Amino acid sequence: MEAIKRTTPASDAEREAIESVLGPSDDRLGRDAVAGHVVRGQRHLLLPCLHALNDRIGWISSPAIDHLATRLGASPAEIHAVASFYGLFSLSPREPVQRHVCIDLACRAAGGPTEHSVDHEAHPAPCLGLCDRAPAAITIGGHDPEPDPASAAVDRAEDDVLLRRVGAGDPVDLDAYLADGGFSALERARDLGPEGIISAVEASGLTGRGGAGFPTARKWDAVRTQPVTPHHLICNADESEPGTFKDRTLIENDPYALIESMAIASLAIGCELGRVYLRGEYLRAHLTLSTAIERCRSAGLLGALAGFDIEIIRGAGAYICGEETAIFNSIEGYRGEPRNKPPFPFESGLFGEPTAVNNVETLMNVPSIIAEGRQADRRLFCLSGAVRRPGVIEAPIGITLGALIERAGGLREGSELRAVMLGGAAGGFAGPADLDLPLDDARLREVGLTLGSGVVMVHDQHVDLVDQLRRIAAFFRDESCGQCVPCRVGTVRQEEAIERLASGTGEADLSLLRDIAGAMRDASICGLGQTAANAIQSAVVRLGVLT
Amino acid sequence: MTTIDGTASDTATVEAIIDGVTVRVAEGTTILDACGGRGCGIPTLCYGETITPRNACRVCMVEVEGSRTLVPSCSRPVTEGMVVTTRSERIDHSRRMVLEFLGSSVDLSLTDHVEEWNTEYGADPTRYGSEAARVDEPVRIDNDLYIRDYSKCILCYQCVDACGEQWQNSFVIDIAGRGFDARVSTEHDVSLPDSGCVYCGNCIQVCPTGALMFTSEYTMRQAGTWDESRQTQVDTVCGYCGVGCNLTLHVQDDSIVKVTSPADSGITSGNLCVKGRFGFQHAQNRPSAD
Ligand SMILES: Cc1cc2nc3c(=O)[nH]c(=O)nc-3n(C[C@H](O)[C@H](O)[C@H](O)COP(=O)(O)O)c2cc1C
Ligand code: SF4
Ligand code: SF4
Ligand code: SF4
Ligand code: FES
Ligand code: FES
Repeated sequence: MEAIKRTTPASDAEREAIESVLGPSDDRLGRDAVAGHVVRGQRHLLLPCLHALNDRIGWISSPAIDHLATRLGASPAEIHAVASFYGLFSLSPREPVQRHVCIDLACRAAGGPTEHSVDHEAHPAPCLGLCDRAPAAITIGGHDPEPDPASAAVDRAEDDVLLRRVGAGDPVDLDAYLADGGFSALERARDLGPEGIISAVEASGLTGRGGAGFPTARKWDAVRTQPVTPHHLICNADESEPGTFKDRTLIENDPYALIESMAIASLAIGCELGRVYLRGEYLRAHLTLSTAIERCRSAGLLGALAGFDIEIIRGAGAYICGEETAIFNSIEGYRGEPRNKPPFPFESGLFGEPTAVNNVETLMNVPSIIAEGRQADRRLFCLSGAVRRPGVIEAPIGITLGALIERAGGLREGSELRAVMLGGAAGGFAGPADLDLPLDDARLREVGLTLGSGVVMVHDQHVDLVDQLRRIAAFFRDESCGQCVPCRVGTVRQEEAIERLASGTGEADLSLLRDIAGAMRDASICGLGQTAANAIQSAVVRLGVLT
Repeated sequence: MTTIDGTASDTATVEAIIDGVTVRVAEGTTILDACGGRGCGIPTLCYGETITPRNACRVCMVEVEGSRTLVPSCSRPVTEGMVVTTRSERIDHSRRMVLEFLGSSVDLSLTDHVEEWNTEYGADPTRYGSEAARVDEPVRIDNDLYIRDYSKCILCYQCVDACGEQWQNSFVIDIAGRGFDARVSTEHDVSLPDSGCVYCGNCIQVCPTGALMFTSEYTMRQAGTWDESRQTQVDTVCGYCGVGCNLTLHVQDDSIVKVTSPADSGITSGNLCVKGRFGFQHAQNRPSAD
């Protein structure tokens, strides 16, 4: 690499921000070969460094990028490429503390702003995972960020398993967790051993709750039996599917259960350091989980003696980074672009090593499976929109849509059901005739729907469904990583066609939308492009929107 | 298979059925190569022989039995028992859409075969209307040696990989931004003279769209004097140093107008340094007429 001479050095504040992550710089570094190796081995600290700059200074300047490049043995172009990928980072000057106002589906249905009407001082944000509080906004940045509002569960039932500790006392009280039987599942897991744990999980029928529904036991066994070490566990807490706020609710209310779940999973797959990839906007969840991790370390439940530790990696505003291979690139300090599959994560994941990626809710099922031999027959649903009590509801898989809406208090006074977005923006729409639909992935698939991440967003007669479709199209256009043509251009063409249809000028555009959908589904690299037309097609076909 | 010394090689082979025909190829061979490589009839845009495929354009998609989606033939290795179809209504639809998506958003006028494929797949990039968003970028002319016109760029990633870890290890350019706003860029889009560029031109060599171009070619195209039918290509060896890189001199009207290196050259794989690539002026320093 050529040395580039520039006149403006990084400011003291910028250097300090970077040193808060990398430590003081050593003058030898970059001059001798061994030290150079050490420097380049820190690339995974790029994302934390960018966060430190963005939080303290508000934005990431050109001299800061040059300085970071020197500290990490990378080129400025590479650092700039990564910094420019994430929605939470700014490459132009701004105040350290910013207001992020949700312009997404539930919030605009609740009268929140659109990208055009949002206050120009504020940052228009995709769904903030606060849809039960719509319209929502949060504050990010600065040294001591004010915690975002807590997301609440509703209608807790006696027999709740996943939500049993939600709202019950101080979530970071370790003694209370231990008194409630906490860490007894981990003890039992130690007795069972890796194969025993995996058999128990298999017997429970647990499948992934992150959207794809893959059998968890199969994933773990595939990682467990890989000869290459180390093995990695990543808890996917990037939760950015519009309408989803269940993982946030779990982490904010029951962090020790997630820690215990990860400890059990790590025993099963043979891993010593678990990572939680946590959505960058989830500051309260970050605070809760990091406090819980610290307390577990002090109690010897995590750390060297326990043989297992957990680290939090903070995302930076990119829906695509929840995709299981994009997560690897993001953690490693590269652009969060999905990788090719094959090779699959179980053989070549984080740092090219065997990796299990699991959703928060998936993992949280594990303690009761191990300790009580339970079946994994319950799911969390994120109820938002025109219901009396929006929030997270735990219900048996197969509950009908109508019964679930009733559990959220039924429709609001004066509301008539118009549409229900099921599974998120990557999911689809059910209509008023679908109240008897059982919410079970196999059954839903028969009618072209999915549970996805458990989104149940209820729209009444006051909601402009065309505007909802516009926003869905804009969401995917914004969040496409840009790597492959069908998604990079297809999401733009899809949005343009919807705009024309919305203004009533595009006769041929319905068939154009179908053409675009086909290519995105068939030819995109990852799940984002492959599902970017789902909800729109389902609204057109099942509900006749835009026709 | 036997090796030169006569012992049995341990190169494993796999058998697959492609368009109904059974083929046996070395393990690791891609579907595209099993079909005969570039020019076999499967269209390719982002693929180039000297760079590990990123399979970003998705024009080379084929059907593989058991796969939910189509599969990029340029990068997917053939596996034992694989059943591949390289032409179907579904495949043609995706190819047509990719051609339309690119054709409606960037300038493909200098990209090989595009017109022929547009006809073959019935692609009509104009059907998205005149309002369709395009990659509008000014031509970047910031040095004497080559220009960058990203309004032609299909984001094949080849220049990034050629400049980075696959060849030059200079890491001067990368992809910045996200989605439709993603662009090949230096840090903060600084000019090449302000970047770490060493002007090896290896990015130009791999660019399939003419987005990266010798200034000599660009100037002649602007003046309307570029004429490939009047050009000859002369293979020679670079005289600057002892490595002995293979050069192909492109000559029009008795003047060198650009320099490439054969992609299949065992010495260069198409790569050169600034001297071999751009140091040709002295070869044509003719005495002035007076
Ligand atoms: C664009 C995209 C975004 C995703 N975001 C998330 C996410 O935020 N959280 C999550 O758990 N899974 C997400 N997934 C699914 C993951 O790729 C992966 O399937 C999942 O984390 C696996 O865990 P599970 O088997 O426990 O569900 C996403 C997938 C795609 C394609
Ligand atoms: S489908 Fe979209 S998000 Fe996924 S790799 Fe392609 S461009 Fe990126
Ligand atoms: S000329 Fe060489 S160094 Fe400069 S950008 Fe191209 S590949 Fe990189
Ligand atoms: S400039 Fe050329 S080589 Fe680089 S990404 Fe664009 S099309 Fe590919
Ligand atoms: S927080 Fe606004 S849509 Fe989810
Ligand atoms: S040529 Fe295969 S994806 Fe571009």
